[in-house]
Amino acid sequence: MKPERREKIEEALFAPLVAILIAFVAGDILMLSFNQSPFVVWRLLLEGSWGNAYGFGQVLYKATTLSFTGMAVAFAYRAGLFNIGGEGQLAAGGLAAALVGFALPVGFPAILAILLGCLGAAAAGGVVGAVPGYLRVRFGAHEVITTIMLNFVVLALLNWFIATKLRVPETLHTPEIHAGAIPRLSAILPAFHGSAANLSVIAVIITAVAMWYYMFRTRGGYELRAVGLQPDAAEYGGISVRRVLFSAMTISGVIAGLGGINFVLGYKYYYEDGFAGGTGFLGIAVALVGRNNPFGILIAALFFATLSQGGLALNAFVPKQMVDVLQGVVIIAIAASVPEVQRILLGARKRLVDKPLSESAAAPTQPPAAAV
Amino acid sequence: MWHSRLVIVVRTTLYLLPVRKLIIAIVVLLAAHIALMIAGRGRGDATLDHSGTTIGIVFDVGGRGDKSFNDGAYAGADSARRMLGVTVRYIEPGDGSDRESGLRLLAAEKMNLVMGVGFIFTDDLTSLAREYPNINFAGIDLSLAYDSTGKLIPLPPNLAALKFREEEGSFLVGSLAALVGHSRKVGFIGGMDIPLIHKFEAGYTAGVKYVCPDCTVISQYAGVTPDAFKNPSRGKELALSQYQSGVNIIFHASGATGQGVFEAARQMHKLAIGVDADQYQEAPGYILTSMVKGVNAATFDVIRRVKDGSFHGGVYSFGLKEGGVGYVYNEHNKALIPDSVHARIEAIKALIIAGKITVPTTR
Repeated sequence: MKPERREKIEEALFAPLVAILIAFVAGDILMLSFNQSPFVVWRLLLEGSWGNAYGFGQVLYKATTLSFTGMAVAFAYRAGLFNIGGEGQLAAGGLAAALVGFALPVGFPAILAILLGCLGAAAAGGVVGAVPGYLRVRFGAHEVITTIMLNFVVLALLNWFIATKLRVPETLHTPEIHAGAIPRLSAILPAFHGSAANLSVIAVIITAVAMWYYMFRTRGGYELRAVGLQPDAAEYGGISVRRVLFSAMTISGVIAGLGGINFVLGYKYYYEDGFAGGTGFLGIAVALVGRNNPFGILIAALFFATLSQGGLALNAFVPKQMVDVLQGVVIIAIAASVPEVQRILLGARKRLVDKPLSESAAAPTQPPAAAV
Repeated sequence: MWHSRLVIVVRTTLYLLPVRKLIIAIVVLLAAHIALMIAGRGRGDATLDHSGTTIGIVFDVGGRGDKSFNDGAYAGADSARRMLGVTVRYIEPGDGSDRESGLRLLAAEKMNLVMGVGFIFTDDLTSLAREYPNINFAGIDLSLAYDSTGKLIPLPPNLAALKFREEEGSFLVGSLAALVGHSRKVGFIGGMDIPLIHKFEAGYTAGVKYVCPDCTVISQYAGVTPDAFKNPSRGKELALSQYQSGVNIIFHASGATGQGVFEAARQMHKLAIGVDADQYQEAPGYILTSMVKGVNAATFDVIRRVKDGSFHGGVYSFGLKEGGVGYVYNEHNKALIPDSVHARIEAIKALIIAGKITVPTTR
């Protein structure tokens, strides 16, 4: 075994295993402090998520949106950008998908309608993503600030639009769409009956494969990663950094916007104010744990979705606070085992310990370590 | 030869050492985990006892601690647990799909009653009630749907809509505001501009006019979006301008926006009227009374019906007669309300209960 290979296996297998076990033990102690039996609580959490077809369907449903928002964050991150606007992009995509569904007549060919709905969602997300991209390359406005602020702007606009133009009285949602409904998984596998899981999962897998191919097998992806690693060197190498940054932010928005189809076209068949419910922000954690790799993100999204659905099933028996803390403990333990996070944490400590303040302030800042 | 072998052994050992550390960590953690699981056996109540009546409640997003709606449902269910001996399970949902999922999980547990707190559950409760005809469902403030001719679309037979006649309680506090306000102007501040809140305004205005026909009611709303229910600074702004224009008492039906109304009352040394729950504690001394909405009483009532078998689907309306709405009169605000006024309000209340006064529900 060569040392690098051993290191790789070690990193891939043992570190997550230790992290999961730490999460288990911390969870055990937490449950005991709530005077609950850890064995029963863990069992309920698993039973509620993977233990039956319905629970598993819900996990798939939740993982679908999370994968989209996670991939959106990762795509921008590979270019060295922090897209925290997933929430607004997701919501805008959802509304656009619903609007396409209204505009089309009843009985419009289903496949075409779904494709048009996806296109609408992607376009809306892309527009919301393009704004901070443009502000960044044109004025140098930092995307962390602009994407966060744009969330509020977009959500307020959508809220106003729904409240004044499209709302069904005494509800927070639009009327149902005429065309473009994505079939539920239960239409194919009756065991999934009642769960929100739908064929949007196919869109997730296609997006993941496409993202992987673009990122690692095309010139554009190479340029994107080069910009993320060292923009100056990339510029010197003849890459237009501004073009790459702008397109990365836009495509990131496209991916997040696509996530809107899962709720709107696949689950409720209408847009509901506030349906995103923090999924856009959770995408950041998903991208981190998935190590900014599309397939890693699919696994991470399944993991977060399991915690969420299992936690809901658990909530009928134990206090919500315990469920929340348990989720937090597990997420922290897992996230801390991710090498990128460790590097950031260690780097921060090193900077604090090794150098006097004046020197560390003068030292050149490191490029984002995770964008490898 | 031996020394080359030794070198190999030493090198391999050194080479594996970091991995060993991790393996040791894994074994230790695994042992701790198993030990803790065994140590915790028999604790907790995380199993469902099906012998008695079982109730499942899914709260609105936001959940408990809102000092109004969700807390009211919790209080009602909790007193049902103590007084009727029912088992109650609560779920606080996270994102949008959790509402349906929470209801489904409880229905799958074959609870005797599954409740959703808030109008946002309307669609999910209606479709689930059709899917589980043997389980009773109830929704607080469930929205009713009407067909194109204006006729009520009937609810599934196992679904109860718990509705409140907020206009009746609002009528009483309107009369009270006009009688103790020492001003020809009284104020109303609503949250979101929707029919549900118009009911409060309509009853309030009618109550004011009933005792003081030439009084005017200044009505304002904080906005047209759900955020209008959580915008205290807007509430304060509106209240300050109303107080400055000569209004002495403002009734708010605006959720957390009302905090701003109370703040303005404190600043201007005027009075405000709370909503949903007794809000005296929010600004002691500046709360004339509160128009209370008995979510707790309604919750208790529906659980009692399930327990004694008198539950049936349909619309349950809670007004003054049923004790579903009312106004606060206790040791805190007695000093603010003269006995003669209290007697007058009680008389009006009796007239409404007797059907002698019809309270409007729309503006």
